[in-house]
Amino acid sequence: MIRYAWIVPALPAVAFFLILFWGKRMPGKGAEVGIAAMTIALVLACVILGQWASGHAPVHGSFLLLQAGSLRIEAGQYIDGLTAAMFVVVCLVSLCSQVYSTAYMKGDRRYTIYYAWLSLFSAAMLTLVIASSLFELLIGWELVGICSYLLIGHWWEEKENSDAAIKAFITTKTGDVPFLFGIFVLTLAAGTSNIPGITARVAAGGIGTGVLTASALLLFGGAIGKSAQFPLHVWLPDAMAGPTPVSALIHAATMVAAGVYLVARLYAVYAPSGHALAFVGGIGAITMLIAALLALVQDDIKRVLAYSTVSQLAYMMASLGMGPKGYTPAMFLLFTHAFFKALLFYGAGSVIHAVHTNNMSEMGGLRKHMPVTFATFLIGTAALAGVPPFAGFFSKDEVIATGFETHHYILWAVALVTAFVTALYMTRTVILTFFGSYRGEAHPHESPRAMTSPMILLAILSAVAGFFGFLVFDWTHIPAVLEPEPFQVGLSILSVAVAFSGILVGYLLYRTYPERDPMLRMGPLSTLLVNKYYLDDIYTKGVVRPIQYPVARDVNDFDRTVIDGAVNGVGVGTRDVGGFLRYIQSGNVQRYAVFLFVGVAVLAFLITRF
Amino acid sequence: MIRLVFPLFFAAILFSAGIYGVLARRNAVLVLMSIELMLNAVNVNLVAFSQYLHQLTGQIFALFVITVAAGEIGIGLAIVILIYRNRETIDVDEVDLLKW
Repeated sequence: MIRYAWIVPALPAVAFFLILFWGKRMPGKGAEVGIAAMTIALVLACVILGQWASGHAPVHGSFLLLQAGSLRIEAGQYIDGLTAAMFVVVCLVSLCSQVYSTAYMKGDRRYTIYYAWLSLFSAAMLTLVIASSLFELLIGWELVGICSYLLIGHWWEEKENSDAAIKAFITTKTGDVPFLFGIFVLTLAAGTSNIPGITARVAAGGIGTGVLTASALLLFGGAIGKSAQFPLHVWLPDAMAGPTPVSALIHAATMVAAGVYLVARLYAVYAPSGHALAFVGGIGAITMLIAALLALVQDDIKRVLAYSTVSQLAYMMASLGMGPKGYTPAMFLLFTHAFFKALLFYGAGSVIHAVHTNNMSEMGGLRKHMPVTFATFLIGTAALAGVPPFAGFFSKDEVIATGFETHHYILWAVALVTAFVTALYMTRTVILTFFGSYRGEAHPHESPRAMTSPMILLAILSAVAGFFGFLVFDWTHIPAVLEPEPFQVGLSILSVAVAFSGILVGYLLYRTYPERDPMLRMGPLSTLLVNKYYLDDIYTKGVVRPIQYPVARDVNDFDRTVIDGAVNGVGVGTRDVGGFLRYIQSGNVQRYAVFLFVGVAVLAFLITRF
Repeated sequence: MIRLVFPLFFAAILFSAGIYGVLARRNAVLVLMSIELMLNAVNVNLVAFSQYLHQLTGQIFALFVITVAAGEIGIGLAIVILIYRNRETIDVDEVDLLKW
């Protein structure tokens, strides 16, 4: 089966076309095709992972896509443990999202096309994961980007949503420019765009460290955009404008994981370059803390989770930046995070479905109305905050411990502080949403089973996935990677203490007066956080406006007057000339005969003379 | 044996008369008759050259032209009759519906 792994991305791609062309005529409006394709894909992905775990060698097959001079661009499949494990995660979360959407999106006016995009989204991510060459990876990468744009702007009738979609698209594209150049540099330096070929070339010492560093940094630009790292993290919270299952999909499996996956896939390029690793770690450290602090002051429950995702992705980046020992913890966190972050989003979606608002100030006391949602959300929270024995504890603790063991003490300290803030904001979210008394107007009720069953499944996974961390090293092992440090009791006691103190502080702050949010009463600090460090304003005033008004407006004017003018001018000119010429056609046969004879006479004259 | 130039000259006059009739006459029947004049001018030329060159090709052509002319005048007159039935006129200036 592992040799036919390309079927896994092909299934949702086929589903996409089926839904696009025939979805509306199907009894389930296309949803059943998407769900069926994802179910089969998940089963196949599990089989592939099973084959890999039982000791199959990496599979690499490719065909020539196009040739330009000496540059051969190939496409194909490369399956090793990382691919196999990502397959299972992506398929599982995609399937959960599609099942969940049957209830969440019920009666939506663009239900069918929504399912089409969901299928394409999964297909694109699976293509990115299976890609054997950098250019194939780029195709999946950009397809993921366009699908996220379409899904974030699903309810585009409201300007806010379409703005968010455009922002997500343009911000990630900003990162894609260096990414593209990174691909060029690496392809030229290695002489091939095949990822196994590049890995082998680097291992043989065929590429200088300077070139490696340059291409690693350029490629990381794409990862910064896709994985919403500082300073391009601004699109992810706005992307909450999309439907909640899409948010879950974007945050857990298909979109933001792509950046981390990219660094992991090309870790052979990053590992030899100390500067590149330091940069990755530095970006990770900055992002994890600022995003976690931002999560503290959000009122929109989905935005809390969005900043939380940014912060957790930064953990993975920081872990990758710690060197060969940080690789496995990062992958471990990527997998467990997919489970509990999807779970948290489904919980948030369930709450939003019940109370018809995203604002936590209009929630509260939902514990009694929505017991299943409450229980599963609590498990997700515990996992995210790092409470043992849930999944997040093992993976996050491993990241923090690796930071200490590899003497990255700054990363270690920042990660610990972030762990504290993470526990704090998640406690705040749970208390504001589920405890106290209900502050809204709606009549909350438990969600239908199509929504709760994915939540229960993911809650079970979030609870137990942590015990299987030892497998991750076996699965995702690549030559550039070292085995992570063994479990250290002292260090894990410290991180557990940090997590619990965060929960305790949150509980004490919000126990009595959840209505008066203490996080918004910290003076200038709150103002700074509520305004998102003024980064959005700086980008708007410093980047967007200077481009928008002098440049974009002039280009627009040029397009409308000169280019459109030329095109329209051809049309108008043709019409006017035709309007003049039509008077020749008088309907009078004798006049035509005159033209005929004059023409013959002129021709006869010309032929006899010349 | 008459000289070649006489029939050619005669044909030219005949053809010119035909052109004048086609272009200037208002009556559709007369226009059709003028077309016959032009065709017969061509026939005269063909026969004259056939005799001059001692080849039969020209005469055979002339026979074809006469056949086609018969068909043409049949259809033409039928059209004229139909126009007359519909519009009570056979003035070609009046029949100019097929225009912009």
